[in-house]
This record gives sequence, structure tokens and C-alpha cells, in this order.
Amino acid sequence: MSGLALGFLGSFGDAFEFIFQGQQSPLARGEVGGPDRVWDFLVTHVALSAAAMALALAIALPLGIYLGHRGRGELFAVAAGNAGRALPELVLIALFVAFIGTGFDNVTLALMILAVPPILTNTFVGIKQVDRTAVEAARGMGMSERAIALRIELPLAAPTIMTGVRTSAINVIATAAIAPLASVDTLGRFILAPNVYGDAGVIAGAILVALLALTVELCLAGLQSALTPKGVKLQRQALETA
Amino acid sequence: MNFFLAAEESLADKLAGDSSDQCIQDNGAFCFNWIAENFSDRYVTPTLEHLYLVGISVILGFVLAMGMAVLSHRRRWLVPPFIGFTGILYTIPSVAFFFLLSPITGRGVDTALIALTAYNIQIIYRNIVVGLNNVPVGPKDAGRGMGMTGPQLLWKVEFPLAVPEIVAGLRIATVSTVAIATLADLAGGGGLGSQIITGSNITFKTNILVVTVLAVGMAVIFDVIFLLAQRRLTRWQTAGESTGKSSRRFEAAMARSRAA
Amino acid sequence: MSFSKYLRALFALLAAGVIAFGVAACGDDEDDSGSEESSSSSTAIESNPDNEGVEVTIGSKNFDEQFILGEIYAQALEAAGYTVKTDLNLGSEVVAKKALESGEIDAYPEYTSTTLTSLYGVAPEEVPGDAQEAADLANDELSADGLVAFAPTPFTSANGVGILTETAEAEGLETISDLEGVSEDLTLYGTTECEERIDCLLGLEQNYGLKFGDFKSVDPELRYDVLDNGDADLSILFTTDGQLYKDPETYTILEDDQSLLPSGNVIVTASQEAADAAGPDFQETIETVQEQLDLEVMQELNARVSLDREDPADVAADYLQQAGYVE
Repeated sequence: MSGLALGFLGSFGDAFEFIFQGQQSPLARGEVGGPDRVWDFLVTHVALSAAAMALALAIALPLGIYLGHRGRGELFAVAAGNAGRALPELVLIALFVAFIGTGFDNVTLALMILAVPPILTNTFVGIKQVDRTAVEAARGMGMSERAIALRIELPLAAPTIMTGVRTSAINVIATAAIAPLASVDTLGRFILAPNVYGDAGVIAGAILVALLALTVELCLAGLQSALTPKGVKLQRQALETA
Repeated sequence: MNFFLAAEESLADKLAGDSSDQCIQDNGAFCFNWIAENFSDRYVTPTLEHLYLVGISVILGFVLAMGMAVLSHRRRWLVPPFIGFTGILYTIPSVAFFFLLSPITGRGVDTALIALTAYNIQIIYRNIVVGLNNVPVGPKDAGRGMGMTGPQLLWKVEFPLAVPEIVAGLRIATVSTVAIATLADLAGGGGLGSQIITGSNITFKTNILVVTVLAVGMAVIFDVIFLLAQRRLTRWQTAGESTGKSSRRFEAAMARSRAA
Repeated sequence: MSFSKYLRALFALLAAGVIAFGVAACGDDEDDSGSEESSSSSTAIESNPDNEGVEVTIGSKNFDEQFILGEIYAQALEAAGYTVKTDLNLGSEVVAKKALESGEIDAYPEYTSTTLTSLYGVAPEEVPGDAQEAADLANDELSADGLVAFAPTPFTSANGVGILTETAEAEGLETISDLEGVSEDLTLYGTTECEERIDCLLGLEQNYGLKFGDFKSVDPELRYDVLDNGDADLSILFTTDGQLYKDPETYTILEDDQSLLPSGNVIVTASQEAADAAGPDFQETIETVQEQLDLEVMQELNARVSLDREDPADVAADYLQQAGYVE
């Protein structure tokens, strides 16, 4: 058992050396890895994910707010969420490689498609679930529909929406890890090319991807907390201790 | 037919394939002939492997989540750490997870199963906890009044009433697992993903479409089965306040309110 | 000549041709490879009861040619009476070698050039041109790791710098050296490993002194697609590709005029332990069954899997049958 544990730690030690110093490639030629390489792939990974998320937000947020406010298209919004869950990332990438093409732009598009459903569903549900009395009160005060949507419903729906954003972000980062299959070199390249980068590289890649995902999740969770109106937080706390 | 050439046919000539399927030669997307001929060779085993991966990991995830839920039901302080821990497992991308496990468990089906189970636990556990939370006070009081002990209350009153929420969790977990299990072959675990990443397969349009239909189809079938089960069972559940962060729980709440 | 006389002459010639063909097919196979244990005829493999109950696992790397080879060897060993498991699609040579050393597999088909340059750091210019010499050198290196390589196949395979024939003609490119001065404007596509491989981009940069405008990594299965759709000016191809065999007017490989992209024959590499445990039929069957794998045959088999999308196992079975090793 301790042998296993030591072996495990040993592999992780190698992986860290790979990240910070670089190691001998198993191809018996030269050094691979090292901070520069890691940085290159990290930048591509983040750029790809950010671009996809930006596009997805631009599409799904307005649509979700509009539908949620009107209370229409529930079937569509919920079905989109289900469909998004049922579509495997690998299949999406493969569909793009086979039918549409490879490269940064195409993969961004694929990731955007992946990111839209959770944001759309959560925005829709969040807006729709806003307490109707608040909305009615605002209407009574003469606020325009648009103002109601943006200044009443959106802030109150923010926690739910952020949950969707978090889910999307993690999915996108996870799928960006297999983007090397479509010629976009993200951190996943360390994992998918063990011949070049060796076992240490594979584990290093896995560690880096995991850390990236966890970091983004923490940041977004923090953002979600910041965006949650105080009143909702208190309400939630009260319910959770029930 | 030239008799001379027939006598000197090389082995390569004898092996000449039948390139007559023009659909395949053009890499068409809907080569039904090819599908009919090759389906059982290429897709049956991966589909069965896939079902195995999903089935075992969801069952395992359910058992573990139930265990955690029973533990944390009376010890509320356990809930946040459990949620936090399973949440971390959930956040780590499956690709990374497979290879983080590989120093310990190597490549193969076992590694894939562990990763898939870890992913499931978070979803199922959350839903069990919420389901138990949402059990109305009335039945619980009635049970206590009848002299039920803690465990009796849990198993005879609370869990049964939490079933719709639990089924909702199983539904989401299963559908998600079908999707993630496509990556299992990266860790040597088989499944439908093997028909995407090996050999010439990723550019082979017909093949990609077949895998898409099989994977998405499997997910949809599971989704429908669980949805029907969920609808059946929601007649018993009163709509409770959903707390918390998961959009899926909101969906379940919506399903409940629709069925009510 | 009257018609009947013409027919008789025709039949006589035909008979002579058939007899000649029969003699050639059933006679000694002359290999350039000089296999150590060439069997005297390509008659059917006989099942040896000694092999019953002996389990062997055949592995392969993860591309079509490897699947076909793995299946050929696996099915041949089955015909010889072994209980055979396959573990094809292991990955690249580093993964495969590890599987061999750990006992996960007992043998897999490797290339002499890959063994030497990739696994043992031999410089490509030092890879022997002669197949048997290369195999012997590989054996020397492998024995230090407890591994052994069997006789080389007749066919040899190499990476090649591929280009659309029309582009080559338009730019007057025939050899890799012709790319000097031109390559800065060209985009080269290769596998993710290509950048670090001496038999790929690294070698082209270091040994040919070429600089490319851009290098993009791509899944090897797209190596022809990227030429077709214009993304790639140059793409790394393999000389045994079915596409080159079927479509020579469209694709060309630039000549490796400085012999810096080493070519390798396939040598089935096994662990010494497993080979000993499996008995003499193991090596003999493998070396026999590969005797008719020349370049044309391999290209045809590759074409059937890569282009006609046939199952590698079916194609392997067909080879064994048509070549007369299996009923």
C-alpha cells in the first residue's frame, strides 16, 4: 500500500518538475515541458474558453431574460438544457472535425454551442421564478417591461443565472482540454500526446486542467456570492437550517 | 477478361477491395449500406461497454450517495463538507480525472468507473439531501406520534417522500454519465468513444453520425425512462421550497409544479 | 493462322503461365529481408496441439496499418493453435513498449526506424539502410531491456513530406531539398508529436535546415484532408498509405534526397520471456505469415481499411486466406 502511495507521490513529483523545469522527452530527443510551454498552452486554453463563454453569454442571456420575463418558451428553454446535457463533448468535437473543420474559430463555435444550454435554461428559470409580487409592484409603479426585467428580475435571478454560468464554464474548460483533437493546442495537449511529453507530462496536464477548472469555479462562486442580493442570501440561510 | 493477366495476378491484385461503395469513397454522411454491413462488428460491443460503464457507475454512485446522506441526515454539520468534497470531484474535468487516477489505478475500465462514479455522487447526493429536506413536517410528526424511532422514520417516511427528488437526481446523473462515458476510452475504458478516437474514425462522417445517434439516443432513452418515473412519483410530493444552487433542482421543482 | 490454331497457342501459353505462377507461388519465397527462419513454403499454418492452452496477447499501436498487422499476427497465431487475445490501439511506441515490459502484451509490430530513433536515440543518418542490419541493430538495443525483435517484413515504411501533385508540379518541387527558400511561405501539418520527432519536423529543421512558415498539429487521420481542403501546403504522410496507392495522380511525396527520414521495416517485438514461454511456433508463425507483405500488398490492405472503411480483422483474414496461410 505504501508502495502505491510512494509511486503516486513520485508521479506527481515528476509532474511538477515537468511544469516548472521541463523534462527529457521519451522520444530520446531534447527537453519538453517547462514553464514557457505550459504558459503557451494555458493562454490558448483560456482564450478559447473565454471566447466561447462570451459568445454564449451574448446569445443565451438576452434570450433567457426575454423568454423568462414573458413566461414563454418554457418547453424550449428546458429542453435546451436537457439536450445540452445529453450531448457528449467528444461527439461535438468529432462532429466539428468531420463536418465543419478544425482550428481555433471552429472549436470556439463548438464550445459556444456547448455553453449556451445551461445559461439559457438557468436564466429562463431564474427570471421566471422571481417573486411575482415584486414584479407586480414594479408594474404598478409604472416601470417599463424592460426596466422590470433588467432592474428587478435580473438581480433577483442572478444567483440562479450564475449557477448556469458556472456549469457552462466548467464544461467549456473541460472540453477545451480535448481541443487538440481539432488542432487547437490547449493544456490538453500534454494529456493527449504521451509519446512526446511522457507520463510526467500527462499527469502535469491533468493537474493543470484540474487546477484551472477549480480556480475558475472558485472565482465564479465568489462572483455569485457577490451578486446575490443580501435579502436572498438571508432567506436562503434561513431555509437551509430548517 | 484477359486470360494472360489472370494468370499473373499479384497478391495485391487478389486482395483488391471492393471500392464500389461510392458513398464511402466520397466520405458521405449517410452511407446506409456500409452501416448495415458493419454495424454489428463495430458498434455493438462499444454500446454494451458503454451501458456497462453507465450502469455500474450510477449504481455505485447511488449507493455511496445514499450512505453519505444517511450519515449526514442527523449530523447536519457533515453536509457542507460532503457537498464541498463531491463538488470538487465534479468540477475536475473528466479527462483530467482519468489521468490523475492513472498512477494508482492504471489504464482501463476500473479507472473509468471510479471517475464516472465520483462525478455521479455529487449530483445524486445533492438531490437526496434536498429531497429529505423538503419532506413536509406533517408526515414526520405523524410518524413520531406513532412511536417511530429515528431510523424507522427515515426509512418509512422520509425516504419514500423524497423519492421524486432522488429520481430526478438519478435522471440527471445518468444522462450526464452517458455523455461523459464517451471519454472513457481515453483512459482505456472502452465505450462508444472508442469509435471516435481510434484509427481513421474521427474524419469518417458516417461513423461520427452513427456514434452521435447512439450516444445521444442512449441519453434520451434514459432521460425519458427516468422522467416517466419521476412524473409517476410526483403525485405524492407536495411542492416544497427549493433552496440552493443547482438549476437542476429548479427544473425538478418545475416538473413537480407542472405535474401537480 | 487459323482461329483454332490461334486458340491452341493461346491455351498453351495460358497453361505455361498458370504453371509458372503455380511454381512461383509454391516455391521458396525469396525475401530481400533475409529472414532468419524463412519457412520453405506458404502453405497453410497447422495447428500445433502443443500450443493449446498457451495464451498470448498481441498488441498494436493506434493507426490503421498497425491494426491490420496486429490482426494478421493474431489470427495466424490462432491458426497455429494458440489462445490469442488482442490489445490493439495501445497508443504510440512509448506506451506500447511499456505494455510489453509490464507484461500487458506479449508482442506488437514495431518499425526498425522507430525502435532505433525513437526508443533508443539513434540519429536517423545512422539507421542502416539494409533491413536486416537495422533489425539486428534494433535487437542489440532491445536485448538490454529483455526484449527481442523477430525478422523484418518485406515492406518498409517511412514518413514522407506530402504535397498535392499539382502544387509540386506548379512549384517545381521534387525533393525535400527543393523546399529550401520556399518553405518559409508554406504551412506544414503533422501529428502533435511531429515537432519533437527527429523523423519529422525536428529532423526537417535540424538536418535539412528548413524553416516553415507555420506548423500545425493535426490528428494523423486528417493528413490527406488538410491537403485536400487547402489548409496545408505540406502534410506528413506515410509511404505505405493506401491513398498513395489508389490516387497517385493527386498526392506526391517529396523525395527524401538526403535520406534523413529513416524508413523502417516492421519487426514484431516481443518480450524474451513471453517468446520463450510460447514455444518455437510463436516466432516461426509470425515470421512465416509476414513473408508476402510487400509494399503493394500493404498499401492495398491499408486502402481497404482507410478508404473503403473495412474492418481490419476482415482485411487481415482476407490476406491470410489469399496468401494461403489459412484455409
